[in-house]
Amino acid sequence: MKLITAVVKPFRLDEIKEALKGAGITGITVTEVQGFGRQAGHTEVYRGTEYKVDFVPKVRLELVVEESEVDRIVEVIVNAARTDKIGDGKIWVSEVDRVVRIRTGEQGPDAI
Amino acid sequence: MEGNIAWVLIATALVLFMTPGLAFFYGGMVRSKNFLAMLMQNYFAIGLLAVLWVLLGASLAFGNLGDGGLLGNFDFVGFKDIGATNANFGAFTGADIPDSLFLTFQMTFAIITPALITGATADRLKFAGYAVFIGLWLILIYSPVAHWAFGGGWIAKMGAFDFAGGLVVHINAGAAALAVLLVIGARKGHGKEPMAPHALPWTMLGTGILWFGWFGFNAGSALGANGVAAQALLNTLIAPAAAMLGWLLIEKIKGKHVTTLGAASGAVTGMVAITPCAGFVGTMPAMIIGFLAGIVCYLALSIKEKFKLDDALDVLAVHLVGGLFGSVALGFFADPAINELVPAGLLIDGGGADLLIDQIVASAAVFAFAFVGSFIIAKAIDATIGLRVDEETEDIGLDQVLHAETAYNNL
Repeated sequence: MKLITAVVKPFRLDEIKEALKGAGITGITVTEVQGFGRQAGHTEVYRGTEYKVDFVPKVRLELVVEESEVDRIVEVIVNAARTDKIGDGKIWVSEVDRVVRIRTGEQGPDAI
Repeated sequence: MEGNIAWVLIATALVLFMTPGLAFFYGGMVRSKNFLAMLMQNYFAIGLLAVLWVLLGASLAFGNLGDGGLLGNFDFVGFKDIGATNANFGAFTGADIPDSLFLTFQMTFAIITPALITGATADRLKFAGYAVFIGLWLILIYSPVAHWAFGGGWIAKMGAFDFAGGLVVHINAGAAALAVLLVIGARKGHGKEPMAPHALPWTMLGTGILWFGWFGFNAGSALGANGVAAQALLNTLIAPAAAMLGWLLIEKIKGKHVTTLGAASGAVTGMVAITPCAGFVGTMPAMIIGFLAGIVCYLALSIKEKFKLDDALDVLAVHLVGGLFGSVALGFFADPAINELVPAGLLIDGGGADLLIDQIVASAAVFAFAFVGSFIIAKAIDATIGLRVDEETEDIGLDQVLHAETAYNNL
């Protein structure tokens, strides 16, 4: 099993969610996060004083999938998240040792 | 008579509403960890200053009415002999409203004026020190200055005018803000850490409440339902409107964007600048005063950098400079055709420089008295109970440490 983590532009979230549902994904976890990458921050102006805002708001999606599904799901997210402009975000995939469904106690792929 | 009473009753409620409006105007601009502390400072001002006004402040301001002097007396301590007739104040004000209503209307001014200072000192005031400061300030600074201009003291006798508080409210509070800033110093991390407003929608809402309340402040100061009140109300709409345009224009020229905070700030500078003039000037002069105030006050934002003052929410640029600008502008635009009480200003037919000189003298005197007096009070409090929180409190936030609350709960 693999954990797919994607950090994306907040306004793409709906699109990505629908695309994932369409691809048969039954659950995702979403967090509002801040950070910077190549896009860096932006400048805000209050009464003539400029403030450099280094952290850009993003949304982090997390979902656990079976190994055989990883490439397909990553592609679904990439296609739904991409705007071709700087700041579209990143996706990374990592190993998951164990998954438990709390209600039933099911383990492994059955719990996804 | 009933109409007059009805209007001043409503105007009193309108002016009281300005203090919550100010709380949110300021509150949106502070960092989220100090939002409740800002609201508290302003709401607490209502609690403390209403009580002190009845006990002593009103008597010091409106005793010895029309004596041309420096201070009232103790005749009205605890609102003694203040009742449903105009026996005490009617002859002086020319208004047929009950004495109890006149002093209650004035109470709402006494409440908001010290509260204006909290914008300069945002994010770092110790609550106990603040409470003692505004209490002493009401008695030692506000009441005397109110006597000078509103109570027939020396400023009124000299021939200077202040329709609704350019001198008594804005220059007075602005000079006090400057003095307190010199005593407490800058916020920790000022100039290094970002201290951008945490939620400007609160500031926009507060601006709307202030504007709404300001109709009571200015038009209520006519103390009757009459033509002067109507002109003051009109001026309180048109001057801030023009000031918003002036501020946004220069903001656009100097930077790239027109901002919501700029629209709000511009409107408030117009409200401040028209306050001393509201029932004394015509519509077009009010528009000119507002438009110029928007530009002048925007340019005054740089004062705090020049003098290395951490005037957190720009009380100096908005209230001190706006109040000075409006009070002096009256010397140019006062119009006896609008209100027979005033002589013609320099730019009005038949006018001369006399009023202008009186306005400048009065403005300078209020500034000097409020600055020196406030500095002494602030120094004394700072040396005893303390006027500023410690660094750890400032880091954590005033809400959590001083009030054991937070404005926004996450999880």
